[in-house]
Amino acid sequence: MERTGIHELSAAYALDALSADEREEFEEHLAHCTECKETVAAFHDTAASLAHGVEAPKPPPELRARILDEARGERENVVALRPRWALRATGAVAAVAAVAAIAFGIWAASLHNQLGDRPEAFRLEGASGQLVLTPDGDAALIVNDLAPAPAGKTYEAWVIEGETPKPAGTFAGGETQTAFALTRTVPDGATVAVTIEPAGGSESPTGDVQFSASGA
Amino acid sequence: MTSTGAVLALRAAPRGERVMRGAAETSDESLLARVAGGDEAALAELYDRFGRVAYGLALRVLRDERLAEDAVQEAFLAIWRQAASYRPDRAKAQTWVLTLVHRRAVDLVRREERRRTDVLEPELEPAGGSAAEAAETRDRRVAVQRALAQLPEEQRRPIELAYYGGFTQSELADRLGEPLGTVKSRMFTGLSRLRELLEESGQEEERWNEPEFTS
Repeated sequence: MERTGIHELSAAYALDALSADEREEFEEHLAHCTECKETVAAFHDTAASLAHGVEAPKPPPELRARILDEARGERENVVALRPRWALRATGAVAAVAAVAAIAFGIWAASLHNQLGDRPEAFRLEGASGQLVLTPDGDAALIVNDLAPAPAGKTYEAWVIEGETPKPAGTFAGGETQTAFALTRTVPDGATVAVTIEPAGGSESPTGDVQFSASGA
Repeated sequence: MTSTGAVLALRAAPRGERVMRGAAETSDESLLARVAGGDEAALAELYDRFGRVAYGLALRVLRDERLAEDAVQEAFLAIWRQAASYRPDRAKAQTWVLTLVHRRAVDLVRREERRRTDVLEPELEPAGGSAAEAAETRDRRVAVQRALAQLPEEQRRPIELAYYGGFTQSELADRLGEPLGTVKSRMFTGLSRLRELLEESGQEEERWNEPEFTS
Protein backbone atom coordinates (compact mmCIF):
# COMPACT_ATOMS: atom_id res chain seq x y z
CA MET A 1 0.00 0.00 0.00
CA GLU A 2 1.43 3.37 -0.86
CA ARG A 3 2.17 5.95 1.74
CA THR A 4 -0.79 8.27 1.21
CA GLY A 5 -3.06 5.25 1.18
CA ILE A 6 -2.05 4.06 4.57
CA HIS A 7 -2.12 7.54 6.11
CA GLU A 8 -5.65 7.94 4.91
CA LEU A 9 -6.60 4.86 6.87
CA SER A 10 -6.26 6.81 10.12
CA ALA A 11 -9.84 8.04 9.60
CA ALA A 12 -11.26 4.58 9.00
CA TYR A 13 -9.23 3.31 11.95
CA ALA A 14 -10.59 5.94 14.32
CA LEU A 15 -14.12 5.19 13.13
CA ASP A 16 -13.52 1.45 13.66
CA ALA A 17 -14.22 0.92 9.97
CA LEU A 18 -11.33 -1.47 9.38
CA SER A 19 -11.70 -5.22 9.25
CA ALA A 20 -9.70 -7.19 11.83
CA ASP A 21 -6.88 -7.83 9.33
CA GLU A 22 -6.77 -4.24 8.12
CA ARG A 23 -6.79 -3.03 11.72
CA GLU A 24 -3.84 -5.24 12.56
CA GLU A 25 -1.91 -4.09 9.51
CA PHE A 26 -2.61 -0.46 10.28
CA GLU A 27 -1.58 -0.85 13.91
CA GLU A 28 1.77 -2.20 12.75
CA HIS A 29 2.20 0.92 10.68
CA LEU A 30 0.91 3.11 13.51
CA ALA A 31 3.52 1.78 15.92
CA HIS A 32 6.24 3.67 14.07
CA CYS A 33 4.49 6.52 12.27
CA THR A 34 4.40 9.67 14.36
CA GLU A 35 2.27 11.49 11.84
CA CYS A 36 -0.43 8.82 11.88
CA LYS A 37 -0.33 8.64 15.67
CA GLU A 38 -1.15 12.33 15.87
CA THR A 39 -3.85 12.10 13.25
CA VAL A 40 -5.42 9.09 14.92
CA ALA A 41 -5.37 10.83 18.32
CA ALA A 42 -7.20 13.81 16.84
CA PHE A 43 -9.65 11.62 14.93
CA HIS A 44 -10.39 9.55 18.02
CA ASP A 45 -11.48 12.75 19.76
CA THR A 46 -13.72 13.58 16.84
CA ALA A 47 -15.15 10.07 16.76
CA ALA A 48 -15.82 10.25 20.50
CA SER A 49 -17.75 13.46 19.87
CA LEU A 50 -19.96 11.51 17.48
CA ALA A 51 -20.98 9.38 20.46
CA HIS A 52 -22.53 12.51 21.92
CA GLY A 53 -24.59 12.98 18.78
CA VAL A 54 -26.83 10.08 19.75
CA GLU A 55 -29.90 10.63 21.85
CA ALA A 56 -29.19 8.25 24.68
CA PRO A 57 -31.94 6.71 26.77
CA LYS A 58 -31.04 5.98 30.37
CA PRO A 59 -29.44 2.57 30.69
CA PRO A 60 -31.28 0.17 33.00
CA PRO A 61 -30.14 0.65 36.62
CA GLU A 62 -29.27 -3.05 36.85
CA LEU A 63 -26.48 -2.46 34.35
CA ARG A 64 -24.63 -0.17 36.73
CA ALA A 65 -25.10 -2.63 39.58
CA ARG A 66 -23.94 -5.52 37.44
CA ILE A 67 -20.77 -3.76 36.33
CA LEU A 68 -19.88 -2.69 39.86
CA ASP A 69 -20.67 -6.13 41.29
CA GLU A 70 -18.49 -7.83 38.75
CA ALA A 71 -15.66 -5.34 39.26
CA ARG A 72 -15.94 -5.84 43.00
CA GLY A 73 -15.92 -9.60 42.50
CA GLU A 74 -12.58 -9.36 40.76
CA ARG A 75 -11.38 -7.13 43.56
CA GLU A 76 -12.54 -9.40 46.36
CA ASN A 77 -10.27 -12.05 45.00
CA VAL A 78 -7.30 -9.95 45.95
CA VAL A 79 -5.21 -11.59 48.62
CA ALA A 80 -4.37 -8.78 50.99
CA LEU A 81 -1.39 -10.33 52.73
CA ARG A 82 0.55 -11.07 49.60
CA PRO A 83 0.74 -9.25 46.30
CA ARG A 84 -1.67 -6.48 45.59
CA TRP A 85 -3.12 -8.10 42.53
CA ALA A 86 -2.95 -11.73 43.48
CA LEU A 87 -6.16 -13.62 43.03
CA ARG A 88 -7.19 -16.71 44.88
CA ALA A 89 -7.81 -19.81 42.87
CA THR A 90 -11.48 -19.13 42.48
CA GLY A 91 -13.59 -20.05 39.50
CA ALA A 92 -12.17 -17.14 37.57
CA VAL A 93 -8.61 -18.27 38.07
CA ALA A 94 -9.52 -21.84 37.32
CA ALA A 95 -10.96 -20.58 34.04
CA VAL A 96 -7.75 -18.73 33.22
CA ALA A 97 -5.71 -21.76 34.16
CA ALA A 98 -7.94 -23.83 31.92
CA VAL A 99 -7.21 -21.49 29.03
CA ALA A 100 -3.51 -21.92 29.69
CA ALA A 101 -4.00 -25.65 29.87
CA ILE A 102 -5.82 -25.75 26.56
CA ALA A 103 -3.22 -23.54 24.93
CA PHE A 104 -0.45 -25.84 26.07
CA GLY A 105 -1.33 -29.47 25.80
CA ILE A 106 1.79 -30.38 27.69
CA TRP A 107 0.59 -28.30 30.54
CA ALA A 108 -2.89 -29.64 30.70
CA ALA A 109 -2.22 -32.56 33.02
CA SER A 110 -0.04 -30.76 35.51
CA LEU A 111 -2.23 -27.69 35.67
CA HIS A 112 -5.29 -29.79 36.12
CA ASN A 113 -3.67 -31.64 38.97
CA GLN A 114 -2.42 -28.49 40.54
CA LEU A 115 -5.72 -26.65 40.52
CA GLY A 116 -6.35 -28.11 43.93
CA ASP A 117 -3.00 -26.74 45.02
CA ARG A 118 -4.14 -23.26 44.13
CA PRO A 119 -2.15 -21.85 41.29
CA GLU A 120 -2.29 -18.13 41.74
CA ALA A 121 -3.14 -15.52 39.17
CA PHE A 122 -1.54 -12.11 39.30
CA ARG A 123 -3.14 -9.24 37.53
CA LEU A 124 -0.96 -7.67 34.86
CA GLU A 125 -0.09 -4.03 35.03
CA GLY A 126 -0.06 -2.26 31.71
CA ALA A 127 -2.19 -4.83 29.91
CA SER A 128 -5.34 -6.80 30.46
CA GLY A 129 -4.57 -10.29 31.60
CA GLN A 130 -2.91 -12.40 34.21
CA LEU A 131 0.21 -14.21 35.15
CA VAL A 132 -0.72 -17.69 36.31
CA LEU A 133 1.77 -19.20 38.68
CA THR A 134 1.80 -22.77 39.96
CA PRO A 135 3.23 -23.56 43.39
CA ASP A 136 6.29 -24.98 41.61
CA GLY A 137 6.97 -21.64 39.94
CA ASP A 138 5.85 -22.68 36.46
CA ALA A 139 4.25 -19.65 34.93
CA ALA A 140 2.07 -18.65 31.99
CA LEU A 141 1.07 -15.24 30.76
CA ILE A 142 -2.51 -14.86 29.59
CA VAL A 143 -2.93 -11.52 27.83
CA ASN A 144 -6.17 -10.23 26.34
CA ASP A 145 -6.25 -8.31 23.07
CA LEU A 146 -2.48 -8.00 22.84
CA ALA A 147 -1.47 -6.23 19.64
CA PRO A 148 0.85 -8.29 17.45
CA ALA A 149 4.53 -7.48 17.87
CA PRO A 150 5.65 -5.00 15.16
CA ALA A 151 7.30 -6.40 12.04
CA GLY A 152 10.80 -7.65 12.79
CA LYS A 153 10.12 -7.58 16.54
CA THR A 154 8.95 -9.97 19.16
CA TYR A 155 7.61 -9.83 22.67
CA GLU A 156 10.07 -11.19 25.18
CA ALA A 157 9.29 -12.15 28.74
CA TRP A 158 11.75 -11.56 31.58
CA VAL A 159 11.97 -12.92 35.05
CA ILE A 160 13.49 -10.29 37.27
CA GLU A 161 14.85 -11.29 40.62
CA GLY A 162 17.14 -8.73 42.12
CA GLU A 163 18.68 -6.51 39.45
CA THR A 164 19.19 -8.86 36.53
CA PRO A 165 16.36 -9.71 34.16
CA LYS A 166 16.66 -13.23 32.78
CA PRO A 167 15.11 -14.06 29.41
CA ALA A 168 12.02 -16.28 29.65
CA GLY A 169 11.04 -16.77 26.03
CA THR A 170 9.56 -14.85 23.12
CA PHE A 171 6.04 -14.73 21.67
CA ALA A 172 4.19 -12.91 18.91
CA GLY A 173 0.94 -11.66 20.46
CA GLY A 174 -1.91 -10.70 18.17
CA GLU A 175 -4.47 -13.12 19.58
CA THR A 176 -7.74 -12.29 21.31
CA GLN A 177 -6.20 -14.16 24.18
CA THR A 178 -2.48 -14.69 23.96
CA ALA A 179 -1.27 -17.52 26.18
CA PHE A 180 2.43 -18.04 26.69
CA ALA A 181 4.22 -20.47 29.00
CA LEU A 182 7.41 -18.95 30.36
CA THR A 183 10.55 -20.94 29.63
CA ARG A 184 11.88 -20.29 33.11
CA THR A 185 10.34 -20.65 36.54
CA VAL A 186 9.35 -17.63 38.58
CA PRO A 187 10.64 -17.66 42.15
CA ASP A 188 8.73 -16.04 44.98
CA GLY A 189 9.21 -12.31 44.99
CA ALA A 190 10.29 -12.09 41.37
CA THR A 191 8.75 -9.79 38.80
CA VAL A 192 7.76 -10.83 35.30
CA ALA A 193 8.01 -8.10 32.71
CA VAL A 194 7.53 -8.10 28.96
CA THR A 195 9.40 -5.90 26.48
CA ILE A 196 9.50 -5.64 22.70
CA GLU A 197 12.79 -6.90 21.31
CA PRO A 198 14.30 -7.51 17.86
CA ALA A 199 13.08 -10.76 16.30
CA GLY A 200 14.74 -13.74 17.92
CA GLY A 201 14.88 -12.03 21.29
CA SER A 202 17.68 -10.42 23.28
CA GLU A 203 19.94 -11.61 26.06
CA SER A 204 18.99 -8.63 28.18
CA PRO A 205 16.09 -6.24 27.62
CA THR A 206 16.56 -3.29 25.26
CA GLY A 207 12.95 -2.12 24.97
CA ASP A 208 10.55 -0.46 27.40
CA VAL A 209 8.39 -2.57 29.67
CA GLN A 210 5.04 -3.19 27.96
CA PHE A 211 3.40 -4.83 30.95
CA SER A 212 4.42 -6.68 34.06
CA ALA A 213 3.29 -8.60 37.09
CA SER A 214 4.94 -9.22 40.41
CA GLY A 215 4.84 -12.66 41.94
CA ALA A 216 5.08 -11.06 45.36
CA MET B 1 14.54 -0.51 30.96
CA THR B 2 17.17 -2.74 32.37
CA SER B 3 16.01 -3.35 35.91
CA THR B 4 13.08 -3.43 38.24
CA GLY B 5 13.28 0.34 38.44
CA ALA B 6 11.28 0.71 35.27
CA VAL B 7 8.81 -1.87 36.45
CA LEU B 8 8.27 -0.01 39.67
CA ALA B 9 7.78 3.22 37.78
CA LEU B 10 5.24 1.45 35.64
CA ARG B 11 3.43 0.27 38.74
CA ALA B 12 3.09 3.72 40.23
CA ALA B 13 -0.53 4.47 39.51
CA PRO B 14 -1.06 8.24 39.52
CA ARG B 15 0.05 9.89 36.36
CA GLY B 16 0.02 13.48 35.23
CA GLU B 17 -3.44 14.84 35.10
CA ARG B 18 -5.08 17.61 33.23
CA VAL B 19 -7.94 19.42 34.84
CA MET B 20 -10.59 19.68 32.19
CA ARG B 21 -13.59 20.62 34.24
CA GLY B 22 -13.99 23.03 37.09
CA ALA B 23 -11.22 22.85 39.62
CA ALA B 24 -13.66 21.63 42.27
CA GLU B 25 -14.59 18.57 40.26
CA THR B 26 -12.26 15.65 39.80
CA SER B 27 -11.06 15.53 36.22
CA ASP B 28 -11.92 12.49 34.15
CA GLU B 29 -8.21 11.80 33.90
CA SER B 30 -7.56 11.66 37.63
CA LEU B 31 -10.71 9.60 38.03
CA LEU B 32 -9.25 7.09 35.62
CA ALA B 33 -5.99 7.09 37.57
CA ARG B 34 -8.00 6.15 40.66
CA VAL B 35 -9.72 3.39 38.72
CA ALA B 36 -6.26 2.11 37.79
CA GLY B 37 -5.52 1.90 41.49
CA GLY B 38 -8.54 -0.35 41.99
CA ASP B 39 -10.86 2.31 43.46
CA GLU B 40 -14.43 1.03 43.05
CA ALA B 41 -15.99 4.38 43.91
CA ALA B 42 -13.99 5.93 41.07
CA LEU B 43 -15.31 3.30 38.68
CA ALA B 44 -18.86 4.07 39.83
CA GLU B 45 -18.26 7.77 39.27
CA LEU B 46 -16.79 7.10 35.83
CA TYR B 47 -19.87 5.07 34.96
CA ASP B 48 -22.12 7.86 36.20
CA ARG B 49 -20.32 10.28 33.90
CA PHE B 50 -20.16 8.14 30.78
CA GLY B 51 -22.52 5.20 31.26
CA ARG B 52 -25.42 6.89 29.55
CA VAL B 53 -23.57 8.13 26.50
CA ALA B 54 -21.84 4.74 26.30
CA TYR B 55 -25.16 2.93 26.42
CA GLY B 56 -26.69 5.28 23.85
CA LEU B 57 -23.78 4.69 21.52
CA ALA B 58 -23.82 0.91 21.97
CA LEU B 59 -27.58 0.85 21.44
CA ARG B 60 -27.25 2.87 18.27
CA VAL B 61 -24.65 0.49 16.86
CA LEU B 62 -26.20 -2.76 18.10
CA ARG B 63 -29.88 -1.85 17.99
CA ASP B 64 -30.63 -4.35 20.70
CA GLU B 65 -30.88 -3.48 24.37
CA ARG B 66 -29.42 -6.70 25.69
CA LEU B 67 -26.43 -6.57 23.35
CA ALA B 68 -25.92 -2.90 24.13
CA GLU B 69 -25.81 -3.71 27.83
CA ASP B 70 -23.30 -6.48 27.13
CA ALA B 71 -21.08 -4.11 25.17
CA VAL B 72 -21.17 -1.46 27.89
CA GLN B 73 -20.50 -4.02 30.59
CA GLU B 74 -17.57 -5.53 28.71
CA ALA B 75 -16.17 -2.09 28.02
CA PHE B 76 -16.36 -0.93 31.63
CA LEU B 77 -14.81 -4.12 32.90
CA ALA B 78 -12.06 -3.67 30.32
CA ILE B 79 -11.61 -0.16 31.68
CA TRP B 80 -11.44 -1.58 35.20
CA ARG B 81 -8.73 -4.02 34.19
CA GLN B 82 -6.81 -1.86 31.75
CA ALA B 83 -6.99 1.60 33.31
CA ALA B 84 -3.29 1.32 34.18
CA SER B 85 -2.49 1.29 30.47
CA TYR B 86 -4.30 4.58 29.89
CA ARG B 87 -1.86 7.34 28.95
CA PRO B 88 -3.18 10.83 29.73
CA ASP B 89 -0.56 12.37 27.46
CA ARG B 90 -2.03 10.51 24.51
CA ALA B 91 -5.77 10.87 24.88
CA LYS B 92 -8.49 12.50 26.91
CA ALA B 93 -10.00 10.06 29.37
CA GLN B 94 -13.37 10.51 27.76
CA THR B 95 -11.97 9.65 24.35
CA TRP B 96 -10.27 6.56 25.73
CA VAL B 97 -13.46 5.36 27.41
CA LEU B 98 -15.71 5.97 24.43
CA THR B 99 -13.18 4.47 22.03
CA LEU B 100 -13.25 1.26 24.09
CA VAL B 101 -17.04 1.25 24.17
CA HIS B 102 -17.28 1.81 20.43
CA ARG B 103 -14.75 -0.88 19.64
CA ARG B 104 -16.67 -3.41 21.76
CA ALA B 105 -19.97 -2.45 20.17
CA VAL B 106 -18.56 -2.73 16.65
CA ASP B 107 -16.85 -6.05 17.35
CA LEU B 108 -20.11 -7.35 18.79
CA VAL B 109 -22.30 -6.15 15.94
CA ARG B 110 -19.97 -7.77 13.43
CA ARG B 111 -20.01 -11.00 15.36
CA GLU B 112 -23.76 -10.97 15.71
CA GLU B 113 -24.29 -9.78 12.16
CA ARG B 114 -27.12 -7.72 13.40
CA ARG B 115 -26.69 -4.76 11.17
CA ARG B 116 -29.74 -3.77 9.23
CA THR B 117 -30.33 -1.65 6.22
CA ASP B 118 -32.10 1.15 8.04
CA VAL B 119 -29.10 1.83 10.24
CA LEU B 120 -29.18 5.57 9.82
CA GLU B 121 -32.57 5.97 11.38
CA PRO B 122 -32.44 5.82 15.15
CA GLU B 123 -34.91 3.10 15.99
CA LEU B 124 -35.25 3.54 19.69
CA GLU B 125 -36.04 7.20 20.01
CA PRO B 126 -36.78 7.49 23.70
CA ALA B 127 -40.15 9.00 24.45
CA GLY B 128 -39.64 11.92 26.75
CA GLY B 129 -35.91 11.35 26.57
CA SER B 130 -35.30 14.97 25.78
CA ALA B 131 -37.03 16.09 28.92
CA ALA B 132 -35.04 13.64 31.01
CA GLU B 133 -31.62 14.58 29.71
CA ALA B 134 -29.60 17.45 31.02
CA ALA B 135 -29.63 20.65 29.01
CA GLU B 136 -25.89 20.46 28.38
CA THR B 137 -26.24 16.91 27.05
CA ARG B 138 -28.95 18.02 24.67
CA ASP B 139 -27.00 21.08 23.57
CA ARG B 140 -23.99 18.94 22.89
CA ARG B 141 -26.00 16.42 20.91
CA VAL B 142 -27.58 19.16 18.83
CA ALA B 143 -24.17 20.70 18.15
CA VAL B 144 -22.72 17.38 16.99
CA GLN B 145 -25.71 16.65 14.78
CA ARG B 146 -25.52 20.14 13.38
CA ALA B 147 -21.84 19.75 12.56
CA LEU B 148 -22.53 16.41 10.88
CA ALA B 149 -25.33 17.94 8.86
CA GLN B 150 -22.93 20.51 7.48
CA LEU B 151 -20.80 17.84 5.84
CA PRO B 152 -21.44 17.13 2.19
CA GLU B 153 -23.66 14.08 1.84
CA GLU B 154 -20.91 11.96 0.26
CA GLN B 155 -18.67 12.53 3.29
CA ARG B 156 -21.35 12.32 5.94
CA ARG B 157 -22.84 9.00 4.86
CA PRO B 158 -19.72 6.84 5.07
CA ILE B 159 -18.85 8.38 8.43
CA GLU B 160 -22.30 7.73 9.84
CA LEU B 161 -22.50 4.24 8.42
CA ALA B 162 -19.06 3.40 9.77
CA TYR B 163 -19.43 4.89 13.23
CA TYR B 164 -23.09 4.27 13.95
CA GLY B 165 -23.50 1.17 11.82
CA GLY B 166 -20.24 -0.67 12.39
CA PHE B 167 -19.64 -1.24 8.69
CA THR B 168 -16.11 -1.85 7.43
CA GLN B 169 -14.75 0.35 4.69
CA SER B 170 -15.07 -2.48 2.17
CA GLU B 171 -18.70 -3.01 3.12
CA LEU B 172 -19.21 0.73 2.75
CA ALA B 173 -17.72 0.69 -0.73
CA ASP B 174 -20.14 -2.07 -1.73
CA ARG B 175 -23.05 -0.42 -0.10
CA LEU B 176 -22.40 3.02 -1.50
CA GLY B 177 -21.35 1.71 -4.91
CA GLU B 178 -18.07 3.64 -4.77
CA PRO B 179 -14.49 2.46 -5.20
CA LEU B 180 -12.77 1.68 -1.90
CA GLY B 181 -10.21 4.44 -2.47
CA THR B 182 -12.99 6.99 -2.82
CA VAL B 183 -14.63 5.86 0.39
CA LYS B 184 -11.32 6.06 2.25
CA SER B 185 -10.54 9.57 1.12
CA ARG B 186 -14.08 10.80 1.76
CA MET B 187 -13.96 9.47 5.29
CA PHE B 188 -10.61 11.16 5.79
CA THR B 189 -11.71 14.49 4.34
CA GLY B 190 -15.06 14.30 6.12
CA LEU B 191 -13.59 13.52 9.51
CA SER B 192 -11.04 16.34 9.13
CA ARG B 193 -13.82 18.74 8.25
CA LEU B 194 -16.00 17.47 11.08
CA ARG B 195 -13.19 18.12 13.48
CA GLU B 196 -12.94 21.72 12.29
CA LEU B 197 -16.69 22.19 12.58
CA LEU B 198 -16.73 20.78 16.11
CA GLU B 199 -13.84 22.99 17.09
CA GLU B 200 -15.69 26.00 15.74
CA SER B 201 -18.79 25.07 17.69
CA GLY B 202 -16.68 24.58 20.82
CA GLN B 203 -17.44 20.87 21.13
CA GLU B 204 -14.07 19.40 20.44
CA GLU B 205 -12.23 21.00 23.32
CA GLU B 206 -14.79 20.34 26.00
CA ARG B 207 -15.94 23.91 26.31
CA TRP B 208 -19.43 22.64 26.75
CA ASN B 209 -20.55 24.85 29.55
CA GLU B 210 -20.92 27.65 27.06
CA PRO B 211 -22.05 26.09 23.82
CA GLU B 212 -21.98 28.41 20.87
CA PHE B 213 -23.87 27.72 17.73
CA THR B 214 -22.59 30.59 15.71
CA SER B 215 -20.90 28.52 13.06
